[in-house]
Amino acid sequence: MTGPSLTKDTEQAGAATAVTSTVRARLQQFLAFGGLIVIFAFFSIVSENFFNYGNITNILFSTVVIGLLALGTTFVIITGGIDLSIGTGMALSAVMSGVFIVNLGVPLPFGVLGAILFGGLIGLVNGLSVAVLKLPPFIATLAMMLVAQGLALVVSHSAPIYFSDSPAYIDLSIGSIIPGANFPNAVLVFALAAIIAGVLLNSTVLGRYTYSIGSNEEATALSGIDVRRWKIIIYTVAGLFTGLAGVMISARLGSAQPATGMGYELQAIAAVVIGGTSLAGGKGSIVGTVIGALIISVLNNGLQIMSIPQEWQNVILGIVILLAVYADMARKRAA
Amino acid sequence: MPEGLLLEARGVSKGFPGVQALADMHLDVRYGEVLAVVGENGAGKSTLMKLLSGIYIPDAGEFFLEGKPLQVSGPRDALEQGISIIHQEFNLMPDLSVAENIFIGREPRVGGMFLSDKALDARAAELLDRLHLPLDPRRIVGSLSVAQQQMVEIAKALSYDAKLLIMDEPTAALNDAEVAVLHDLIRRFSTPTTGVVYISHRMDELKQISDRITVIRDGRYVDTLDTATSTTQEVVSRMVGRELAAHGSGARDVRTDRPVVLSVEGLTTRGDATHTALRGVGLEVREGEILGVAGLMGAGRTELARAIVGADPTTGGTVSLRGKPVRIGNPADAARLGVGYLSEDRKHLGLLLEQDVTSNIALSTVTDRFASWGFLRPKAMRDTAKEMVGALRIRTPSVDQIVQNLSGGNQQKVVIARWLAKNCDVLIIDEPTRGIDVGAKEEIYKLLDELAGQGKSIVMISSELPEVLRMSHRVVVMSEGRVTGELAAAEATQEAVMHLATLRGEKEML
Repeated sequence: MTGPSLTKDTEQAGAATAVTSTVRARLQQFLAFGGLIVIFAFFSIVSENFFNYGNITNILFSTVVIGLLALGTTFVIITGGIDLSIGTGMALSAVMSGVFIVNLGVPLPFGVLGAILFGGLIGLVNGLSVAVLKLPPFIATLAMMLVAQGLALVVSHSAPIYFSDSPAYIDLSIGSIIPGANFPNAVLVFALAAIIAGVLLNSTVLGRYTYSIGSNEEATALSGIDVRRWKIIIYTVAGLFTGLAGVMISARLGSAQPATGMGYELQAIAAVVIGGTSLAGGKGSIVGTVIGALIISVLNNGLQIMSIPQEWQNVILGIVILLAVYADMARKRAA
Repeated sequence: MPEGLLLEARGVSKGFPGVQALADMHLDVRYGEVLAVVGENGAGKSTLMKLLSGIYIPDAGEFFLEGKPLQVSGPRDALEQGISIIHQEFNLMPDLSVAENIFIGREPRVGGMFLSDKALDARAAELLDRLHLPLDPRRIVGSLSVAQQQMVEIAKALSYDAKLLIMDEPTAALNDAEVAVLHDLIRRFSTPTTGVVYISHRMDELKQISDRITVIRDGRYVDTLDTATSTTQEVVSRMVGRELAAHGSGARDVRTDRPVVLSVEGLTTRGDATHTALRGVGLEVREGEILGVAGLMGAGRTELARAIVGADPTTGGTVSLRGKPVRIGNPADAARLGVGYLSEDRKHLGLLLEQDVTSNIALSTVTDRFASWGFLRPKAMRDTAKEMVGALRIRTPSVDQIVQNLSGGNQQKVVIARWLAKNCDVLIIDEPTRGIDVGAKEEIYKLLDELAGQGKSIVMISSELPEVLRMSHRVVVMSEGRVTGELAAAEATQEAVMHLATLRGEKEML
């Protein structure tokens, strides 16, 4: 999806529905969406254990963490940047959540908020490195990836922090506020986060400048926009999603695992890219990212059900990324 | 001189979905001549070039090179058949040396696989010497000036023993002195067995360099004129298909009765390898005035503009608006104070090429005019864009059109509209008509006049002297990072400006 088409969409559909995509947006996402349908149909046919309520809920549930990271990093990637720190940043936020809630006994809502804000702080530092120190985003966030991983281990003394005494925390992920539906809250959190991200990107000044900076950073600066400030804000917003991902993963596991996180960033970036967001910047959409994240979890889930070994799952995921990006480029050339 | 024609195109057509780019095109290039090909943007010049370089295949018609049917399978094949094309945008690798760029793909080798830098540099030196080009083969291309890079392109093209040299807007980035060097080179290249096709918008240049002028319009051949016996008016009217209003008003009123809006004093910058240091630059612009800033390439004109709006750091000097000193730390400050800068490099520093007209026009004003509580108001944005499209006569099918698809003139209007939406009092416009065809230039001029008439103050930086002389109420001339003189419209002549522009070094600011 392109920036310009978004303008059109929001205009025609109004801010509230921008995220649910209009005709034009749907056309743009057709490819990724079509891919998702095809993969979904394939697994439904080859495996009788795939298409049922329990498994589909399962797929959605397993999309949440990668999906949240991908939402935030979509903003960064549209500016033409990259954020490698989201995986370990998530682990650090999870540890901080444990520190606040378990170690310090902060009331749950404040602890959760604190963890999310801590993610924002990580993003803020990334933003400062990129916008003020003018470090290439790859380098700045690579450094942060290591710093966050290290800090997560230091703060937790390299041991998991268990939320055994905070069942309400765990319920944030695996509980179900929909009575009797057995539908995990995590999925609702992700859906809400996706809607917020979509509105931010499509209908606010922040989103507009995200696209502008990615399309042409210098022209944007010369047009009187304080690019430095907006970049800091954009990285911080991405960090907030990282923080939320930290909360959701630790709630799901019932513990904050300081040594995890590495590798999640690449999965998230893969989801963004499969969703049609250009690493060159200026183009991308939240709808695409959600579809991209779903494709990854449908693949993982389906291949697991078919008892394909993990090694081969990675091979297949790699090939899907290649095909997705190639098809997207081919479509744009044809257009 | 060989018999017949060097190159002939007979009934060549090429269509794309929705567009007939070329229809029944004729072209003949004689041996030993410089044939100018002119036409407005979109007339079909670039399609013609792409056919000759084998990037496109014609739908109908044929090319003949030296009387033999010509088929080209690609740019490399074109070169090997003796057709060298120099595109408007350079195809150089900035991190490689001059010699490496010239002989890319044809590097002399030792033992079949090892490169020989010595042989490479020697061959390049020999070539550059033959062409009288004062370039060091070992210099890294990225460190050269635009004009020097142009020279490298030409050396590369001529290293293939070209019979036919095609140049697309070769002087777009050159100042008058550099143009003279280029023309000298072209004259030396045109021998009785070769020919040159010279594509340009600059009428004065065509007069100097070409033997004949072929005019094309809307993908069709219009006419060929002998340069010596035809007037600019004749050429231009064939290009645009209508008679143009007579050129400029000449001397203009001096606007000394109007208040000074922008005044700059003692502005200095550090400068570096590619940017001239400003050494105490001062100027003032009054309300409703167009101040021309002239100078040769490297005089520091663009640096001055960027320093004023805070795009580059300054080391001293003051900028005042309506008498009050202001602090401008970045272009955002400048914009807030009503000073807009339009870069000479529209594509890279002006436009969001892949976004639509609305987004481009609204870019500077999203926060102040088109958002409440951070949420965009797309309708307001679009209405303003529509208003601007009407007011500035921007030719676009709709405000949803992607800016990339507009012509250069209309793209320029989009950037102007952006600053008008911001209600800027001062517009600093760097090369307002670069890469814009003749008809559209007139419109830009008219627009600038109208804006000045409405009381806007305009600082117009231009490398085209006729443009400076025609448009300015006053002309400031720069050389080597200083203002070397100021001329009222009445005293600004080509000679007077060039004299000041070539003053070097010690000359104090007037």
